[in-house]
Amino acid sequence: MTKFLVRRSLIAIPTLVGISLVLFAIIAMAPGDPFSDLAQNPNVPPELRLQLRQQLGLDDPVLIQYGRWATSMARGNWGVSFSSHVPVLDLIWGRLPTTLFVVGSSYLVALIIAIPAGVISAVKQYSWMDNLATTFAFLGYSLPTFFTGLLFILVFTVKLGWLPEVYTTNIQVTGWHWVLVMLRQAAMPVAVLALFQSAEVARFVRASVLEVLHLDYVRTARAKGLSESRVVVWHVVRNALIPVVTILALQVPSIFTGALVTEQIFRVPGIGSLLIRSMNSHDTPVVMGIFFTYSVLVVVFTLAADVLYGILDPRIRYN
Amino acid sequence: MEALKARDAHRTLWSNAWRQFRRHRLAMAGLSVFTFFVVACAAGPFVYRTPADAIDFARSNEGPGFEHPLGTNDRGEDMLARVLYGGRVSLAVGIVAMFLGLVIGTAIGAISGYFGGIIDTLLMRLTELLISLPQLPLLLLIVYFFRDSLRERIGIYAGTFLVMVCVLGGLQWMPVARLVRAAFLSIKTKEYIEAAHCIGVPPLRMIVSHMLPNAASGIIVSGSLAVAGVILAESTLSFLGLGFPPDYPTWGRLLFDAKDLLAIAPHVVLIPGAMIFLTVLSINFIGDGLRDALDPRKL
Repeated sequence: MTKFLVRRSLIAIPTLVGISLVLFAIIAMAPGDPFSDLAQNPNVPPELRLQLRQQLGLDDPVLIQYGRWATSMARGNWGVSFSSHVPVLDLIWGRLPTTLFVVGSSYLVALIIAIPAGVISAVKQYSWMDNLATTFAFLGYSLPTFFTGLLFILVFTVKLGWLPEVYTTNIQVTGWHWVLVMLRQAAMPVAVLALFQSAEVARFVRASVLEVLHLDYVRTARAKGLSESRVVVWHVVRNALIPVVTILALQVPSIFTGALVTEQIFRVPGIGSLLIRSMNSHDTPVVMGIFFTYSVLVVVFTLAADVLYGILDPRIRYN
Repeated sequence: MEALKARDAHRTLWSNAWRQFRRHRLAMAGLSVFTFFVVACAAGPFVYRTPADAIDFARSNEGPGFEHPLGTNDRGEDMLARVLYGGRVSLAVGIVAMFLGLVIGTAIGAISGYFGGIIDTLLMRLTELLISLPQLPLLLLIVYFFRDSLRERIGIYAGTFLVMVCVLGGLQWMPVARLVRAAFLSIKTKEYIEAAHCIGVPPLRMIVSHMLPNAASGIIVSGSLAVAGVILAESTLSFLGLGFPPDYPTWGRLLFDAKDLLAIAPHVVLIPGAMIFLTVLSINFIGDGLRDALDPRKL
């Protein structure tokens, strides 16, 4: 098991290096110069500009530039925000918990909805429940998150006035009241993300259960005289969920995509809304830092799902 | 018996697929809706002559009515005209970027699957790397870095369109490449390929006329789904304010402009949103129908 864990974690390292290469390539290919503002400034003499360029090594070969950039990233020196003059890492660190909270809880809600829905619609294939679940999955899968978000605001904030439109991290009250306020403000962002995710996951759960339902060991379980519910829960679902774990891993990037949009709609102060704001104010160090954070998150979550897959399915571990 | 034979003689692979596709009611509905949208957006502005950018503050945020069938926005511009013009861009980006993605994906998948070895390893590593990147942040990053300079060079509209198509198509090919590669790996072992090798068919001809036709069904299905993916991605970018400029009303941009009007004029939000939703839904149904129709095991 330890060997498997170590091997899997080592695979993540080249991925991270690859991502940093992609990121660096984009920056290197991007037109424009970090000193274009300085170039237009008449108070900065050209000699000084040249000296600055040399200090920062902008005239060195690209590979050396990459090496220097990558080591400083690895050391945690991600630069300083142009607009707020706060270190980029501190900015991201301050907002990351909010993003992870919204993403994590919506993932949880999505699984709680999707697994029973998928299992039921597979076990009772072509029943009205199956049709209902499949239709909902198709709708949820085709509804873009930004449109669901706006619809939710229209219904629950504008028309009914039940839920607040804006998410805030400095809630003034404490105790149970705090929990209530938190739940009310998190309800819509989490629901929007969960709807989208559960639609996709439910489709896979259904397909996967359908495949397992007709296998020999399920027939054996029935032949032993086990009750139908025991057969489904203990013999079918447990095995059907193994491939679903892979799908969950593949979904990780799209969850963060959805979270980015949702954060923007509900003004959740996470890293997604920080990214959009930094883009609009041309705050390049922050933009790059957040992109790298997203990539690291995706790699970490994919790794976690991989390891989980290994734990669930012993056959994977020994290959 | 003779009659049966005569009928079967007319059945080709494609007519069989079409026959199967027509049985899928939702796919047919999807195809009708999608065709309607494409025709309406392409021809609509010639028939419906109201300009999309005639500002009239006296009639802002009007609901659907006789003069403005889908109402007006906060500047009093006609929503129907804007939706039609916006649809042109949204659909065009979706279709062009889909073709770009299919071409890149098919080429990489075919090369990877046909030649194997070190080329295969390298190309598949690249594919996996790009799949594991968070798509939307990557899109945003590329648009952020390249949009302004391209706009300066070839004009604001053409520049944005080019960036969108290249970036969206360029990030859509990975699933296609994997699919084509997998198909090629299995086709490569077939006897007719061995036979073709024996008569000395050169690699390019082998790939294009012997192997690709047998991998086509998967490519067509993922192509149809890619259109939906691109339209969603484009409208997401526009919705975040990083896509097309404001006077270029794609559906996503219309939503972006309308999101602060939710309380005053909900129709301004609902109409473009519904257009995106219905387009994506109908494409997904078409893809579902194509998958069933092109699956040879079904026949």
